Amino acid sequence: MEFVGEHLLPGQLGHFFAILSLVASLVATFAFFKVTNIKEINEKKSWTRLARGAFLAETISVIALFVTLYYIISNHLFEYKYAWQHSSRSLQVEYLLSCFWEGQEGSFMLWSFWHCVLGWILIWRAKNWEAPVMTVLSFAQFTLATMLVGIYFFNVKVGSSPFVLLRNEMDNAPIFSQPNYLEFVKDGNGLNALLQNYWMVIHPPILFLGFASTIVPFAYAMAGLWTRDHNGWTKPAIPWAAFSGGILGLGIMMGAAWAYESLTFGGYWAWDPVENASLVPWMVLVAGMHTNLIYRSSGYSLKSTYVFYILAFMLVLYSTFLTRSGVLGDTSVHAFTDLGMNVQLVLFMLVFLVPSFTLFFVRSKEIPTIKREENTYSREFWMFIGSLVLFLSAFVIIVSTSLPVFNKILKTNWAVGEDPEGFHNQVQIFVAIIIGLLTAVTQYLKYKDTSKSYFWRKALIPTIMAVVLTVIIAIWGNISYDKKGIGFLIAIHLGVFAAVYAVVANAAYIWVGMNGKLKAAGASIAHVGFGLVLVGILISSSKKTVLSHNTTGMSPLKVGDKESPLENITLIKGIPTDMGKYMVTFRKDTLNERDRKRYYEINFRAKDGKENFNLYPDIIENNKGSEGVTPNPDARHYWHKDIFTYLTFLANPEKIRAQDTTTFRLKNVAVGDTLFYTNGLMILNEVLVNPNNDKFKFSPQDTALVLDISVISKEGNRFKAQPVLQIVDGAVQVLPDTVMAQSLVLQFNQVKDQEKGLLELGVKETSGVLDFVTLKAYEFPFINVLWIGIILTVIGFFMSIAHRLNLMAREKKS
Amino acid sequence: MKKTHIILLVLIAVSIAVLISFMGDVTTYDTVTSAKEKPGKFVHLIARMEQNSMQYDPLNNPNYLSFTAVDSLGNSIKVVYNNTKPTDIEKSERLVLKGKVEGDHFECRDILLKCPSKYKDDMNAAKKELVSASE
Repeated sequence: MEFVGEHLLPGQLGHFFAILSLVASLVATFAFFKVTNIKEINEKKSWTRLARGAFLAETISVIALFVTLYYIISNHLFEYKYAWQHSSRSLQVEYLLSCFWEGQEGSFMLWSFWHCVLGWILIWRAKNWEAPVMTVLSFAQFTLATMLVGIYFFNVKVGSSPFVLLRNEMDNAPIFSQPNYLEFVKDGNGLNALLQNYWMVIHPPILFLGFASTIVPFAYAMAGLWTRDHNGWTKPAIPWAAFSGGILGLGIMMGAAWAYESLTFGGYWAWDPVENASLVPWMVLVAGMHTNLIYRSSGYSLKSTYVFYILAFMLVLYSTFLTRSGVLGDTSVHAFTDLGMNVQLVLFMLVFLVPSFTLFFVRSKEIPTIKREENTYSREFWMFIGSLVLFLSAFVIIVSTSLPVFNKILKTNWAVGEDPEGFHNQVQIFVAIIIGLLTAVTQYLKYKDTSKSYFWRKALIPTIMAVVLTVIIAIWGNISYDKKGIGFLIAIHLGVFAAVYAVVANAAYIWVGMNGKLKAAGASIAHVGFGLVLVGILISSSKKTVLSHNTTGMSPLKVGDKESPLENITLIKGIPTDMGKYMVTFRKDTLNERDRKRYYEINFRAKDGKENFNLYPDIIENNKGSEGVTPNPDARHYWHKDIFTYLTFLANPEKIRAQDTTTFRLKNVAVGDTLFYTNGLMILNEVLVNPNNDKFKFSPQDTALVLDISVISKEGNRFKAQPVLQIVDGAVQVLPDTVMAQSLVLQFNQVKDQEKGLLELGVKETSGVLDFVTLKAYEFPFINVLWIGIILTVIGFFMSIAHRLNLMAREKKS
Repeated sequence: MKKTHIILLVLIAVSIAVLISFMGDVTTYDTVTSAKEKPGKFVHLIARMEQNSMQYDPLNNPNYLSFTAVDSLGNSIKVVYNNTKPTDIEKSERLVLKGKVEGDHFECRDILLKCPSKYKDDMNAAKKELVSASE
């Protein structure tokens, strides 16, 4: 049958380039392999030409794949499943790129693209190491290319192509029996609402650059084992490991920033399996980078360096498996869904795991080691301990994250325990203490041997400073996190000390140890940043307070129970609600046509009158197929804290708008009067002046009047309402009260006639539904310390890369 | 033995101890009957929501949601969840309810939705939509 209106050329081009990239990467792998093993110069040269040519073809195909898919998505060619599934016409241009990484195919493509970029840098800079390193990288390109071909190989489907047509994927749907079916497929399914955030445009590319770059230290290690040059590779590997550590760390924390700004698990980190899976390779890679430094300066730890670099890359592959196989379905909120490629994903791991460890064990005997024990007063000793702790901490995280995988393998039925976050926090706080302390003191030790007097003389002042700062934080910081008992609280204080110590000691080291030579201070700056990250995490998490704490409907026994999840509060439009330090009012909502978000204006007014600001949390309609809405938080940033809020429930706004047109009816009443409303009556019992009871805490200096009203419904239910009229700094304020069960709002407007005792009462009855939102509000103190820390860490990484490249260039000249 | 080796062994021992304690906290996926057999124990209950059994009044108390959960064997239990109603819970075909049986009801800490929007079912839903578009 001929179909009308289809654009088949882009798809055919896509398929062609997918296959070209598969072939080209295979040729490049083979050719680089040949270059490595051939000794004869001329032959080597011709193979090098072939290898580079093949890699060029590979690069061109990967870019062509990108362009083709972008063309399909941006032109809304919904005959292609990828465009139909991941985009829609109304999507803003800046999010068209996000459609790429919503699907697995696009993110594989992104990974592949970064390999190409890294590959050309290696071809340009790696000299003798080009051939073996590029063999590994080209082979990785080949395995990634298999993920995208989507062809059948002896009846087994290999990969999943992003260029398949909708009609071929759903061939049994009757719509495709009509040649003009495209006239009915008017729009795509749209991008997942959570991904419609600017972080989602930049976080995945950075994260994937981080993932992709872990292959370089791995490939250098492989090259070292393969060519038996166990020493040579360790030098160029360091800046690459630093690059990878910096970018991967940045990518992960951009994800945290995205979570903080657009997800609603109330924070930046939730120990979600997907987060863990990306953190663990970073930890192991950083461990490897440190053992690599140890080896360069002291000759120790070469074997550990090999193992760490290999494992870091393996963990990237494993995290790919975890997030893409669908195995996390029951434990993670944001893993990819199963594409039916699990066998291929397992093979993807094994094809690297088996050869690399085989090679390592075969060559293990020849790897140079030093028999003599490390000196305890040496930098290498403590750096090694730190690397070990990082590695084991990563090990604990990944094993506990892998529970669903064990279930699959062992056919068991385990589920994560009651409080996985608590488990991770309780374990990792001790890791933070050890790593913090080691980060602080290790720089003051010299490689090989340090005289005790030197160490203590240099380290004394920073140590005293850190102790003083910690004591100040302990006394005035008001950290009283008591959910997990006193032991955990002590651990938090120790953690704060270790983190502060790391910051102070490393900052001081730039002057004490290096006489202020900033150029060489990359490591110190990265460590200061890392220390700040720890400080920020510890303080913002342990001092996070719930502003929207709600005790409605709780049994008196449970009130004050800090574990209770009663963190949602309902705000009725126009009615100030008490929320800790603030009176909070939901004022209005507006729809932004461009980004299709509905913004809710939530006014926060501090009770002490010092602050008055609006927050605009929003909701975005979900893409087709799943109705409902996705909320996004909003936060007000102060230098020392964030006020953070997001909607957790809302009634259908359109329905409410149609109904809620009622206004306040004004009545003049005196004490003892009875008023009727549609569903019953109310009695004004008395006027309280500056009451001081369970609900109100006025002092005799205040000017506040409270009406005590009993509301009795026709059914005989009794309710109490207490609207307030008060004068604050010369201005009159009215605080209405509501009887929600009766959809009744009462407002004490003014004293009409003091002598007759006439008071003006506003009565508002809504017709069944009130316009309201339910939200959570938090206060995050010192979260900026965390963000600043991350920026400093990344700057530090790049300074040390620049410094090392400089040194290497200078060595070559002399 | 070298100092590093001793420290290595100690640290490995600690990590294993930590993992054992993690496995000690591990719980199981349960049906209504098996969850009722161990009241007070934290479990993951796999069930779906009975139609029209949901009670949620955010105006009155946004932190109270209750409904009847039915598992694949047809047994049911009342569920109380002290939080807001997750979007789309009515549409979800499968719920993972994390919590424990307390008295006559299931005190739920956390709900994980397996929505029709998740990929595979999504394609089915989409098919329906395409079918209706062509009619």
